[in-house]
Amino acid sequence: MGKTIAEKILSLKSGQDARANDIVVADLDFIMGQDGTSPLAIQAFQEMEAKKVFDPAKIAMVIDHSAPSPLQGVSELHDQMRRFADQQGIFLYDIGEGVCHQLVPEQGHVVSGDLVIGADSHTCTYGAINAFSTGVGSTDLAAGLISGKLWFKVPETFKFVVNGTLPPGVYSKDLILHLIGDVTADGATYMAAEYVGPAIDALSVEARFTISNMAIEMGAKVGLMEADDKTRAWVEEHGKRPFAPVKADPDAVYAQVKEYDVSNLEPQVAKPHTVDNVSPITEVAGTPIQQGVIGTCTNGRIEDLRIAAAILKGRRIRPGVRLIVAPSSRQVMLQAIREGLLETFVESGAAVVTPGCGPCVGTHNGVPSDGENVISTANRNFKGRMGNNKAFIYLASPATVAASVLTGVITDPRDYIK
Amino acid sequence: MSLRGKSHKFGDDVNTDYIISGRHKFKTLDMKELAKHVMEDLDPDFYNKVSKGDFIVAGRNFGCGSSREQAPLAIINADISVVLAKSFARIFYRNCINTGLPLVECNTDLIDAGDELDIDLQAGVVHNLTKNIDIPTTPLPAVMLKILSDGGLVEHFKKYGTFNFD
Repeated sequence: MGKTIAEKILSLKSGQDARANDIVVADLDFIMGQDGTSPLAIQAFQEMEAKKVFDPAKIAMVIDHSAPSPLQGVSELHDQMRRFADQQGIFLYDIGEGVCHQLVPEQGHVVSGDLVIGADSHTCTYGAINAFSTGVGSTDLAAGLISGKLWFKVPETFKFVVNGTLPPGVYSKDLILHLIGDVTADGATYMAAEYVGPAIDALSVEARFTISNMAIEMGAKVGLMEADDKTRAWVEEHGKRPFAPVKADPDAVYAQVKEYDVSNLEPQVAKPHTVDNVSPITEVAGTPIQQGVIGTCTNGRIEDLRIAAAILKGRRIRPGVRLIVAPSSRQVMLQAIREGLLETFVESGAAVVTPGCGPCVGTHNGVPSDGENVISTANRNFKGRMGNNKAFIYLASPATVAASVLTGVITDPRDYIK
Repeated sequence: MSLRGKSHKFGDDVNTDYIISGRHKFKTLDMKELAKHVMEDLDPDFYNKVSKGDFIVAGRNFGCGSSREQAPLAIINADISVVLAKSFARIFYRNCINTGLPLVECNTDLIDAGDELDIDLQAGVVHNLTKNIDIPTTPLPAVMLKILSDGGLVEHFKKYGTFNFD
């Protein structure tokens, strides 16, 4: 009987014949924590009476969620991380370096076939380059820092076969919102998602990250893709280690398989206050918005900035509407400067903020006021997510956000795509 | 050990942002302080309604979203003794076991807000005293029972220095 990608990676890393629902203890290739989760992990590390991490070269901490620090309490927690990183010799990415889920692959810490944990639920992002990577809490992270291992329940797999070709003005963000709307927020709970098919193959690696990033929003533990030539080229360019991609066997056993055709897919919007509350844009177009956000670990990459800038170029954001742009890393920001994209954003009236999580998680950089509507490229629209439980968050592609801040209402980006 | 308390009822898909908002959790490691804000976006007065040992009772997919361990820690520090739900999100489920917050998976349609419950965790039995019915529960996996019986993952690591499920 064949194996899924998840079963194969967990077999390799545990040295056992891992099958769905087995429990295995497996070796970790990389471990990441951010500033909302690392301080508790450091506390647990100390409570576990540990002195040294298992391997400093396999660990990074990233200050991205509240960076630069907006409050003294946060500054103290950031300092704890800096001190711990210095003592242990692990990687520390300080303010302005970027979002953890951009940095870990971009800086070459993860390659195809790896097993990675991160104390952030969107760690599933690296599944796009064929890594079994999943989010954990701070105590699991501490156990990983000490032992280099973690226990896993081998997940069953939900296979999403995506056929057809995305039409112009419709992107990987629209594709994944459509899938989440279809299977709902717990449609793949405790499962591995595998995304396959011609529509996935046609995407760039950057666009694929957006899909794997949101696997958690359907409850999945990982959002895996097979490695093709584009993946290999991307990982060779960024990765620091040799790698061996893992393919699912043709006779692998799936808990569920669903097929889609995206050839007629419209731009999609997730409405307040859940990610699975998804509509085609034609049903929500015309809804007034006061703030737009382009960035986050979902859609802050260079391709996303190019798509948004192409719509904003030579135009002005509608008076009374704000746009916040947070590039996903320093490298992305530099590239955007070189290409003139930042000039376009600033000329259009946008506020460009520090590379990092931006206003996504409600700590700083653009908390909406009571009753306001926000349209964002982020991955979560929960009530209160951006720091105000009386605001309303709509999720969409960078193109839809760019088009909407020009008009002040949710706007179909296809009107702006030549 | 038998736990007795009152039910506080919530719906489906209660995410960890609702359990403890990002606007609070980044500021401090003081869980007593964070506990005052537990569930506040769903019920601003929730913290004051809880008596020591009460239960959170919810629908499907409790604890979805962010991996923040402040969620179970804030619940524990608000003096909630057990969370009951139809199902739990994966990361939250692990975080609860690791930090020592017991979870019970059962048909919570059989429990209304304010019902008095008596829960025997070892036996896996929930008795609804108000309705006088027993509610069957889904047992925890052996690995999780081991971590919970050691007193959480910190105590497990203090004891063994690594994972030990033999």
